Amino acid sequence: MDNKKFHAICIEIEKGKWMKVSLFNRKERIYKVEIIVLLKQVPATESFIGIADDGISIKTEDIKWVINPYDEFAVEEALRIKSAHGGTVTIISTGPEKSVETIRTALAMGADKGILIKNPEADKCDGLGTARILAAALKNIKFDLIIAGQRAVDDDNFQVGTALSEFLSIPNISLVEKEEIVDGKIKCYRTVEGGTVVLEAPLPILFTTQKGLNEPRYASLPGIMKAKRKPMDIKSLSDIGIDASEIGEPMVKIVAMKLPAERKGGKIIKGDSAGSIAAELVKVLYEEAKVI
Amino acid sequence: MSNGVIAITEQSEGVLRKVACEALSEGKRIAENMGCSLTAVVLGSGMENVSDEPGKYGADKIIVVDNKALSEYMTDAYTNVIAEIVNKENPSVLILGASSQGKDLSARLSARLNAPLAMDCVAVRIEDGNVIATRPMYGGKILTDVKLQGKPQIVAVRPNAMSIAESSGAGAIEKLDIDAGKTDLIFVEKQLDTGKVELTEADVVVSGGRGMGGADFSVIEELAELMGGAVGASRSAVDEGWRSVSDQVGQTGKVVSPNLYIACGISGAIQHLAGMSTSKVIVAINKDAEAPVFSNADYGIVGDLFEYIPLITEEIKKLKAG
Repeated sequence: MDNKKFHAICIEIEKGKWMKVSLFNRKERIYKVEIIVLLKQVPATESFIGIADDGISIKTEDIKWVINPYDEFAVEEALRIKSAHGGTVTIISTGPEKSVETIRTALAMGADKGILIKNPEADKCDGLGTARILAAALKNIKFDLIIAGQRAVDDDNFQVGTALSEFLSIPNISLVEKEEIVDGKIKCYRTVEGGTVVLEAPLPILFTTQKGLNEPRYASLPGIMKAKRKPMDIKSLSDIGIDASEIGEPMVKIVAMKLPAERKGGKIIKGDSAGSIAAELVKVLYEEAKVI
Repeated sequence: MSNGVIAITEQSEGVLRKVACEALSEGKRIAENMGCSLTAVVLGSGMENVSDEPGKYGADKIIVVDNKALSEYMTDAYTNVIAEIVNKENPSVLILGASSQGKDLSARLSARLNAPLAMDCVAVRIEDGNVIATRPMYGGKILTDVKLQGKPQIVAVRPNAMSIAESSGAGAIEKLDIDAGKTDLIFVEKQLDTGKVELTEADVVVSGGRGMGGADFSVIEELAELMGGAVGASRSAVDEGWRSVSDQVGQTGKVVSPNLYIACGISGAIQHLAGMSTSKVIVAINKDAEAPVFSNADYGIVGDLFEYIPLITEEIKKLKAG
């Protein structure tokens, strides 16, 4: 042992970290999990969404851009798995260059590195196109687990994560509210109508998040400072060997957008007493609206 | 270009799910429009009861694959089997319900078949042989028409969005023996409360928000039960721990389209409104006359929900008795 190493170990003992070092050598600690988290930047859910002049896209001015809420659960779960098993958490996103801001937020939460595949035409890309880009980017990266949001709250497609697992030839489990990793296998609690289904699969696998999986942490100030120095790999489509023409024309094209029909606006039921108001409401629901 | 429409059905405890009947009915309308036939696909294990039911909704042919590996929905086994059926039948349109199963299956199938997918559609029309589907985006703040190009065009219909129409179809059963292929997923167990009306499929939803003041939802539970409906909750009620996550209605919860939505003690945050705006009739009950929920409701009562809901429940009981 050279002096440097000896010195480092002495410092660890001094700090009382010896327990931690020895824990690290226990058997279950050997199963490090290399985790990829898919991330998308979306308008904050409190945003009002308006239609742009072209009629097929949204107005982007005045929108606050945030991490897709379901992807936040994915980042948090990845960090928890990392702290239990060891490993690294890599964030990957594809989209316009400004998506880098949300990757930084995930790094500030504690993720280790970020990858952005720039696609200035991302809004024209359909779900399969996005999944193909991510598949190409992950082709030469080793991973045990991919975690994705069940859907992005902008296009509400529920498609990219699951399609990516198909392109990577790995199994997928959607809408996971709880997971346990033991001996290279994962057990997932998937929410379905009226309950939960428990499934098991060998790693690697992709799962998508359901609300209730965890409570995402906030980025701390030291976290934000540290995030500035964490590796961020920004690549173009050609860097990952994709020719824009290879993704091809999208098979799903937006041809029109409209706002949902506005309600005529609350007819407030009035009356002499609570009893007569309740009776009047039931009467209009029965006779006028015909819904009961 | 037309080689027919295939509807993938879904069952729960041996009964066709409501959303499957909706997918079959919409599939029949598409098939009639395109001048082609409707084929229903029924997958499962030991399901004699369901097998011929799709005929009631106009299926000309029913492909049944009865296989132990299909007794529970598993993404890999179901994708393998359906991909084989699609390759054999070469349909123009594949339609299914956008349930938790349907969303997962349609996404995986779209990648396997290199096929366009319109998720969670509320309306479908055919133009020049292509599907144009209307689907909500941004949690329902925008309705988008998407044009699908490719084959098959996959349409996942939102529960409660398509009307159910019975029509006669030959319903000839064709049993196929298809291997589930390579699978990695293992079924461990399930816990289902089958007595509960599923929120996304309910005709009536009664939701409670911060105005409930606590976890006691018994007044709205009683009203929901009386109408055969389901109980929903706003995000704040879920975040308070009063209701489970599966009850949350809104942009980060479930999107519902019942005939009647009753919002009790819910102020009407934009995320919540997005999750229920496609309901046919909306009633709001809130103490605060300025609550935004009123401008998004068809009928409103300004007052205490704990005073009004029991009175409304009594009135409906009278109506049902009379």
